[in-house]
Amino acid sequence: MGDGEVVAVLGPNGAGKTTTLRAVSGTVTRRGEVTFDGKRLPRSPERTARLAIAHVPEGRGTFSEMTVLENLRLGAYTRRNGMGEDLERVYGFFPWMRKRADQQAGTLSGGEQQMLALARALMGRPRLLLLDEPSLGLAPIVVREIFEIVRRLNQEEKLSVLVVEQNATVALESSSRAYVLEAGKVVLEGPSAELARNEDVRRAYLGY
Amino acid sequence: MRRRDNVALGARAIGVAAFVVVIAILPRFLSDFRASEMARVGIFFIALVGLNILTGYTGQISLGHGAFMAVGGYASALLIAGRPGLELAQLEAPDWLPVGDGMRDFWTIPIAALVAGAFGFLVGLPALRLRGLYLALVTFALAVSVPILLREPEKLTGGTNGLNLFGTTEDRLTGAIDNTVHIPVLGKDMTFNDWTYYLAWTVALVGLAIAWLILRGRSGRAFKAIRDSEVAATSSGVSLASYKTLAFAISAAYAGAAGALLTILSTIVTPGSFPVFLSIQLLIGVVIAGLGSLGGLMFGALFLYYLPVGIQELADIGSLPNGLQDAAKSPGMPSVIYGVALILVLFLLPRGAAGFLRRLLIPLTKRL
Amino acid sequence: MSELLQQVVIGLASGAIYALLALALVLIHRATGVINFAQGEMAMFSTYIAWQLVQWGVPYWLAFAATIALSFGGGMALQRVVIRPVENAPVLTVVIVTLGLLLIFNGLATWLWSGEVRTFPPNRPFPTRTFEIGGVVINVQDIGIVLVTLALVAALWAFFRFTRAGLALRAAALYPESSRLVGIRVGWMLGVGWGLAAALGAVSGMFTAAAFPPLEPTMMQAVLIYAFAAAVLGGIDSPAGAVVGGLTLGVFLNLVGTYADDLQNLGFPVNLEGLRLPVAFVFILAVLLARPQGLFGRAEARRV
Repeated sequence: MGDGEVVAVLGPNGAGKTTTLRAVSGTVTRRGEVTFDGKRLPRSPERTARLAIAHVPEGRGTFSEMTVLENLRLGAYTRRNGMGEDLERVYGFFPWMRKRADQQAGTLSGGEQQMLALARALMGRPRLLLLDEPSLGLAPIVVREIFEIVRRLNQEEKLSVLVVEQNATVALESSSRAYVLEAGKVVLEGPSAELARNEDVRRAYLGY
Repeated sequence: MRRRDNVALGARAIGVAAFVVVIAILPRFLSDFRASEMARVGIFFIALVGLNILTGYTGQISLGHGAFMAVGGYASALLIAGRPGLELAQLEAPDWLPVGDGMRDFWTIPIAALVAGAFGFLVGLPALRLRGLYLALVTFALAVSVPILLREPEKLTGGTNGLNLFGTTEDRLTGAIDNTVHIPVLGKDMTFNDWTYYLAWTVALVGLAIAWLILRGRSGRAFKAIRDSEVAATSSGVSLASYKTLAFAISAAYAGAAGALLTILSTIVTPGSFPVFLSIQLLIGVVIAGLGSLGGLMFGALFLYYLPVGIQELADIGSLPNGLQDAAKSPGMPSVIYGVALILVLFLLPRGAAGFLRRLLIPLTKRL
Repeated sequence: MSELLQQVVIGLASGAIYALLALALVLIHRATGVINFAQGEMAMFSTYIAWQLVQWGVPYWLAFAATIALSFGGGMALQRVVIRPVENAPVLTVVIVTLGLLLIFNGLATWLWSGEVRTFPPNRPFPTRTFEIGGVVINVQDIGIVLVTLALVAALWAFFRFTRAGLALRAAALYPESSRLVGIRVGWMLGVGWGLAAALGAVSGMFTAAAFPPLEPTMMQAVLIYAFAAAVLGGIDSPAGAVVGGLTLGVFLNLVGTYADDLQNLGFPVNLEGLRLPVAFVFILAVLLARPQGLFGRAEARRV
């Protein structure tokens, strides 16, 4: 991935998309190396997180019994210096969180939880965001909102994003490059615009 | 597949036959004292067979089986003494308790088993609503309470001193007083210790056979189904409640028989005969043996009896390195060694002795 | 009436002791899903360490604090070395491991210090003065125990609520996977949980030795059962429940013991004096059957 890129990974169920992300963050054991910024990534999620790589897992992984604010504070866990600034930035992207800081995360709607997960990731001032199936279970309007935020994060915060998605349309619209994974192998790669016009991709993933 | 099954079955049968033969002739090679030790191993063995059905097969954790041994032990003592015996000890049983007028000691074993089994059923009923850890917790509390509960009704149980059967007439105690037991069938005499050895192991083998029959029958399949998945078992029509309480009752009955044998062997029973540690030991025994299989139980029983005893004996003989010698003899050390050995075995042999044996034997049977 | 209040205060003091141990049990259960059968023996062992420190000339309160610190470290080490390897093992294995620990601590204490009966602290830390409020005679020691316990509980609450470490601990216990993704070292956090529990147990033990002499290897066995009862009453995952449960149980059991004779005269079949443990057992059973989640817990639905 290039610095500041948004790259999408597409493919059918079971292709290994989620596993790819988990391999990067160290959640699953992997053979082989992953280099980030010229350095080899550690093999455990805790240490990877300290290297400014944020992984938003499938299903959001929000701490549902805790409040919104507590979730955000946990996102800043790896940051030693005060999180006041980060909190303000996050509220800038998600103003509604300011007022509902004490609401229990589990009571938020699906879209709000996804936003919370993104916000939590943001609190750690990441340079790379690993985003796993953000559109899962969300209504189309909400999905667009989420991806709009991702776009803003990429542009305003210079955040590189690796997003795994089943919803190929949205994913291709929001990314500059994409890979298509099938049964664990990369079968196609290239600029997103090109892939969107590709016959096979259109038939298999875009529905026309 | 058929052939391998038959071979496995044949191998098992040979193993069991060999086991029985060894048990039968062992006393000839053992000193009198060792015979009584092996009798105690047999007592553990019986209790373990029962607990294995409960914990190994239906997966219900009981830290309280010492309580059922106590029920069996005291029931046996009360029956042997009878009202006349109790009167002699200045105790008395309430009118409604069918204590009888005194009974031959070995006849009390099946009755003690039944009584303990009934208690087991009663405990099994509320146990239905308790899962895993909570059941362990409750049964642990039961085990802690039992010595106290045995002390309280002093008029019946003899309080802290328990029931001493030495004062009871000889015709009810076999060999305990004069140390000779005459076996009419063989026309021989044997010592009390040899007699208790054979008594214990006869009960053990009978118990083993019964367990084997139960487990290969419908109940056994139901038990195994429950262990593997309660939800799946229910949806296949297995009545969880009846089988789980049945398992409790059966395991309690075995413990009761073991308790009765303990009374007969010791000729005295006190609350101190059934401390918390006993209940813990029993659970340790089935886990060490390897749950859900009859093979490792012998190892479990030997482990339970000999680990603390063995360390002490080694210390006495002087076969331990100097530093450990004193340590081994001091109070408390057996506990420590027990605990350490336990944890080590769990780390190294997570499936217990049976699992270890299986792993050894599987490659062997594959070649056949 | 004043007699009643007096007994209530005494009951609160023993209740505080149960509450501390119950809190330890709850902490460990929340963090690692384990019921630590060895908690009582660990507490007893810590108390012996305190005794030993005092024997070596360390002033009582310094020894008290040192023991807490040592117990914290010990508890943490225990989790890392013994519990972590069996983290994912079946329930039964973990139960047996804690039982093994029970045996080890019990044996070690007997071996190192023999079963001799001792008093600890040799010179009472809390003055044995009593004072009177409105006709009720109250022991300063009892009040001291209750107050120190409440202070510890408050401190613990503040730790979990307001500090970064406390927040991380709560997250690690509930959501280990997600916690790792934000950089929390879940393993160490669980170790801290065990350390805190061991420290609480140490306080419980030291108070037990002070309030209910003598100091002997079996001293925490009954307390463990009462702590179980308290934890179950409060809800096995609820720290607040453990405290409330402990205090309530302490008062209840004390009143039962005090008025056992009266109860018997009223027709109750058995004299409950001396039967506090069986009563606690019946209590545990009743709560688990009637309301398994306890007072403050949440009812669990099992995913099929």
